Formats: sequence, C-alpha cells, structure tokens
Amino acid sequence: MNMMTRLFAGVAALGFAVSAHAQDIVVMGEQVHTMAGPMIANGVVVIDDGTIVAVGPAASTPVPEGFRVIEAKVVTPGLVDARTVVGLAGYLNQAQDQDQLDESAPVQPQLRAIDAYNPQEVLVEWLRGFGITTIHTGHGPGALVSGQTMVAKTAGLTADDAVIRGEAMVAANLGPWALTDGSKSPGTRAKQIALLRKALLAAQAEDEDSEDKKGKSKTPSLETRVMRAVLAGERPLLVTAHRSQDIMSALRLKEEFGIDLVLDGASEAYLLTDAIREAGVNVILHPPMMRQYGELENASFTTGAVLREAGIPFAYQSGYEGYVPKTRVVLWEAAIAAANGLDWNEALSAITIDAARIVGVEDRVGSLEVGKDGDVALFDGDPFEYTSHAVGVVIDGEVVSDTPQ
Amino acid sequence: MKAITTMRAVTALAGSGIAAASLAGSPANAQERAIAFTDATILTMAGETIEDGTLVIEDGRIVAVGSDVAVPADAERRSMEGRVIMPGIVDTHSHIGQVSGADSSGPIQPEVRALDSINALSSNIAKARAGGVTVANVMPGSGHLMSGQTYYMKLRNGKTAEDIAFEYKDGVALGGMKMANGTNSMRGNGGFPGTRAKSAALVRETFVEAQSYCDGDKKKRDLAKEALCEVLSGERLVHFHTHRADDIMTVLRLKREFGFDVLIQHGTETYKVADKLAEAGIPVSNITLDAPGGKLETMDLRLDNAGILERAGVLVSIHSDDPIVDSRMMLREAAMAVRGGMSRDGALKALTINGAKQMRLDERVGSLEPGKDADFLILSGDPFSVYTHVLETWVEGAKLFDRSREEDLVMATGGYGAGSPLEASHHHWEIAAGEAGQ
Repeated sequence: MNMMTRLFAGVAALGFAVSAHAQDIVVMGEQVHTMAGPMIANGVVVIDDGTIVAVGPAASTPVPEGFRVIEAKVVTPGLVDARTVVGLAGYLNQAQDQDQLDESAPVQPQLRAIDAYNPQEVLVEWLRGFGITTIHTGHGPGALVSGQTMVAKTAGLTADDAVIRGEAMVAANLGPWALTDGSKSPGTRAKQIALLRKALLAAQAEDEDSEDKKGKSKTPSLETRVMRAVLAGERPLLVTAHRSQDIMSALRLKEEFGIDLVLDGASEAYLLTDAIREAGVNVILHPPMMRQYGELENASFTTGAVLREAGIPFAYQSGYEGYVPKTRVVLWEAAIAAANGLDWNEALSAITIDAARIVGVEDRVGSLEVGKDGDVALFDGDPFEYTSHAVGVVIDGEVVSDTPQ
Repeated sequence: MKAITTMRAVTALAGSGIAAASLAGSPANAQERAIAFTDATILTMAGETIEDGTLVIEDGRIVAVGSDVAVPADAERRSMEGRVIMPGIVDTHSHIGQVSGADSSGPIQPEVRALDSINALSSNIAKARAGGVTVANVMPGSGHLMSGQTYYMKLRNGKTAEDIAFEYKDGVALGGMKMANGTNSMRGNGGFPGTRAKSAALVRETFVEAQSYCDGDKKKRDLAKEALCEVLSGERLVHFHTHRADDIMTVLRLKREFGFDVLIQHGTETYKVADKLAEAGIPVSNITLDAPGGKLETMDLRLDNAGILERAGVLVSIHSDDPIVDSRMMLREAAMAVRGGMSRDGALKALTINGAKQMRLDERVGSLEPGKDADFLILSGDPFSVYTHVLETWVEGAKLFDRSREEDLVMATGGYGAGSPLEASHHHWEIAAGEAGQ
C-alpha cells in the first residue's frame, strides 16, 4: 500500500476518530523536544486523561501499566499556527465558504470568529495531519478592522468543542489590501489611520454608565464594547502591515492609545528592528514562502533570523491565501526559516511555545510539560526536512492521525 | 478575499527595466578557457550518480563528465570538495519575464506570441536563476481556450527577448501553443464558452477550419492558421492546461481526432487516469501544491500524484507555474513529490531531463553529457534537503548566479529591492560586465 493511499484512508478515518474520548497514552521518541528545556534523548511523554502527567528520559520515567504506547524518531509539542483564516476560509474558495471577510463596512470589530468557524473544514483536517494541533484563526486582512480571532484546537465536532480562547484578538489591516477602490472610505493610507483613531476615540469617549439626553442609560454598541476591550489592553489589536510606513503607523497608534499591539505579516520588519523592539511589540511573521510580490516585494526568507538577532519575540503563521494553495502549512514555513539563518530550535519555538505565548494560550499548549494539554506531534525524521513525514498526531490525549503524511 | 490574488501580484511587478552595458552571457560570451570542476558528486541524469567526479566545460558546452576524465592541461581547476553538481532545472510551465498573451477579445488567439511581451530585465528571471532554473517554458495564462504561442526561455543574462530565447531564428522564437479547458476559460460571455462541451466544440471547429487552410495553397496569409498548421503538423507542441480527470480525457479525445502533440499541464487529477495516459503515451507536466483547493478543480489535489504517474510509466516533469510556486522552490517541489512516494531519481529527472524531452530540447539540455550546453548547478548538499542551497547557477558556461555575491544573494532570499525590476537589472548588468571578462 503506497504511502498516500494510506494517507487518504487515514484522513477519511479521522472524522470518526476525532470525536472519540481521550486515551491514556505514552509517547516515546528518540528525540523529545519539550521546548521547556534541552532535548531529551530517548524520552517519554505520559498523558493521562488528556493531560501530560510526566515527561522525562525513558530510563527514569515510570510508565503506568495499560497505557497505549506510540513512538517515533522525533517528538515535538503539537504545533501552533499563530495566524490563519482556515475554518473561516474554506478550501473550495467559493462565495459560500469564504467567511473570513465581510466588506459591508470598513470597521467591524463585533464580528466573532466563533460564529463562522467550521471545524469540519477539509483544510483543518489537512493541517492536523501535519502535526498542527492549535490554530489562531479568524477574520483576515482586507478590511480596516475585519473582526475578531480565536484560538482553537484542530479537533472537535463543533466550534464550541474546538475553541480554547474565544475572543483572542481584533484583526486590523493597514495598506493597500484594506483600501476601497470606489467612493467609500478608506481610500488612502492616511484615511485608514484617521478612521481607526476616530473609532478608538469614540469608544474612549463613551462611558459605560453614560446617559443620553433624556437621562436614560445608553447601551454601548457591540462595536464599542470590543473597541473598549482593545483600549483597556484586554484584547490585542492584531495589525496586518507589510510596508515600513504601515508598520510605523501601527506603532504610532499603540503609542497614542496605549493599546496592546501585535504586528501581523510585517515583511519589512527587518528595516525597523529598533523601533519594534523599543515598542515591545510581538510579531506574527508572514510565511516565508508567501509570494514576494506587491505588498511583499521586499519580503525575505531571512527575516525570522533578523528578528531573533534583534531580540524581538515572534511566531510563524500559515497566513491567508486567496487562490492556490488555499492554505500554507506552518511547519513547512518554519522549515524555510531554519534553512535561512534561523537556529533550528528557534524555528521550532516559533511554531510551538513562542506562538502559544503570543496568542495567549501558553498555559495550555506549546510545550511538553506536566499539566499542559496532551498535544503531541510525531515525525519519522527532522520535522523540517521536506522528505520527513508526520507519522502521528495526538490532541488532548487522543490519537487523531497515525498515518504518515 | 480580494487581497492577494495572483493577478494583482503579477501586475504589481510590472515596471520598466533599463538598458545599459553590453550584451553578455550569450554563448558568444561564454568562457573560452576550459574549466574543470573536480571532486564533485555529479547527478548527470544520464546514468549512475558519479561520486568524486569531474565535469569539464569549454566554450559554453560540456566536454567531459565522469570519474576518470582527462582534464586539459590549461584548464582552470575548481575543487568542489564533495558538493553536488546537477543539470540546470528545466521548468516546463512558468510565467516569469512579465509574460502576457491573448486579451479578452476572444477565446482563441493562436496568433498571439509570448515573445512579444517578454521583459528580459524582470527580476523574477534573476530569482528563477537563483533557484537553479536555466530553461523555462514561459506561457500566457489559462483564461482562454487558446491563449497564444509560448516562449522557451534560456535564462542567460540578456536585455531582450531575443537574447534569452532558447532559440531565435528569422524572427521566430522556439515555443509551443498554450491551450486550456475547464473553468478558467469558461467565461460565458464575449464569445467565450459557458460549458465544457462548448469549449470542446469551439476548439474542434477551429481545428477543422485550420485543416482546410493547411491543406490549401496558403496564399493568403493567416497568422492564426499558420500557427495552427504548426500545431496540426506536430511541429508545435500543445501545452494543455487541464485539471479534472474528465477534462484530461477531453484533451486525449482532441489529440486523437486532430493528431497534435500534447503535454498535459498541471494535471491535478492525472492520478485518476494514470493508466490511460500511460497507454496513450501522453506526458504530464505536474504541479505539487502545499494544500488542496483554492479553486474547485484542485479540490482533489494530492501530494502523491507525481509518484503515481511515475509508477504508471508516464513521462512526468515538475513545474513551478511561477508565481503560483516561486521558481526558487522547485527543488523543494520535487522533494515534496518524494515525500509523496516518487523515487528520488524520478524526481530529479522530473526537474531536468524529462522536461527537456517533453519540450524536445533534450539534445541540448536536461542532462550532463558531452556536447550539451554547460547549464548546471552547484549545490551545497542533497538536492532534496531543506538545508541545501543553490550555490551557483551556470548557463552556457557562464556563472550567472553566485550565492557568495551579495547582489546575487538578495535574489535567492529576497530583501529590500529584490522585487524591483530596475534594481535587479542594475545588479545584473554589473555582474554581466564582470563575467564577460572571465
């Protein structure tokens, strides 16, 4: 049976497997990269009732009786994709499966990711098969403020099952992708910032207990409530910006309103390392293989290495694609960074623990540590090598894929 | 999402190049003194891998390759210290060089030539070279049943379409004919078909009319029919964009009826009809993408397609469709085919000799054999490892990409100015001027 026949038999079976109960599992690896300390040679990860209860060398870590044992050459935490639109954007790329962008108004922070996420989407299954167990997904670029994002596991029958952080960030976009081409605003970069400042100022001005002219208390709009959460620093503003002037505009917004800013894309970030570091901003960097045209014409495979050198926290993402392929695979994107100057461990961090920290779920996922979710990826070689395969994927202690792909 | 469509990306690259310095890099400018590359692992694509081998080039051609070859006394010797040498990549489907073809005035425009649109100074040609591409079939798009004549590019340093044509004689550049079926060309207005059956009917009608022209006295020149006569005689290869299994079978029916030579382009579902293709002797130029979907016709895309074709006995090449896959990711694409079950040797051939055979350029390129063009790559290691880099790209005996040169490195990795055709042409004219004296 050739590998891919098995792959597809496996994928077909997953639909059933995913809703099964968590098992008691022992994962063994010749190399166990916990991302919470040095690599453990011949290590084990013990998962009891969906949670990691022990991690250590096989020689000194007791393995309970009756646990299912799975093993592979290389074991890593389940991978975390720090920014995608998968689940809102479907693979068919037809109007009915594209819910990542509503263009009826330029500023719509009230749109929630959970109200559009389809956990049964083929691309969710596709990512899961390559070891990606957590995704930060939601509204995409293309509008000034397109909506909210959420963090979900790549398993679960319903969005409510899958979600681990329902209201993660508010997605905004500066630059040409979010410009209108007609008479509606925003038609220029400067107008984008003016509109954003106006929206933030409006939310700031309205007080929760404010009264209207007749003395009745006013109920703040959904939009206002979300913008207030942004102003309060409770919810980061995730700003997609590639060109240096757009990145600087985002930094100015942060300074003016004291918001928690996360830069998304940021393909020219290598020009502005001092400013980004001084602002204390995290970066969710564009996929290295995202096409180096248009907004990304100055993008480089080496930006991850430059940010690391500058001490700027960053994670990798699969991004957002409008055509074929409909998604990228974040594992393969980090691999390109690892081949272009970024240290191997740092590249793996950028799709595990660093990604988990930046999207605010490091208490649950991103490393193999006692108390964290039993999310594990197994590989038959260096995960970054093109010709290696993901041979097993575990989410919350449940084997969701065990066929090489 | 409106944001990142391919068309917008391609349009964004448009810009003018500059013309400066003198023409360099064409065969006339290739090195005259022989160069021997010794101590190399040589993947010739014409036999077993040669360990500790030597490649000797002179006057833009390969003069010897093997483990025990005589190196001319006056030759420059370069030890490869175990690095890997392989033939330049032959990309059977690309859109570099700001190519365009037919416009929206009608679905069938065989008289339109890609030749007449090429900007030889476009930076994506330099980027492709940085990825090891030395020959490319540069084509118009797939929004027509017949979108024009394709252009076989040799990625020399040159400033005009003539300079970098694989072969250019008497105003004519070597190339094929681009055709398409399925959804891309089904626009349903302006004379374009609205259904698959109508697509086939329009093409059949066109060929039937061409047949009577070609059999006649041809006194009145008809540019469209002249090109179609070349297709019907088998002289001009049809590059047929097609994804779905049923559309692929339509291509086979058309081929049977009109007798043209055809190369299946993309062939997303060729795995479903691999035996039919093998039986009919139809080759496939395949693309491997990182995920299925993005359009309805690629929803059944699989990573194991090329491997299935290989095992069925189909002659298969791997293409970039740049900008769909960046030309610099072609070694990766072949490695992904290996991940999907293709043999390593098959995947290397799919990047080189198989494409050359498909386009009938194999007398000159596609393998490292005496007499062939000195088009080759020096790699830092295993061609299928993510950590391997193309260190040098040689075209007809001239080193046109060298990763150790800063101005070349930016073409390999990207960075500020890499996307600007103006910048690229500056850099490359400086390089060209330097190389000419080599």
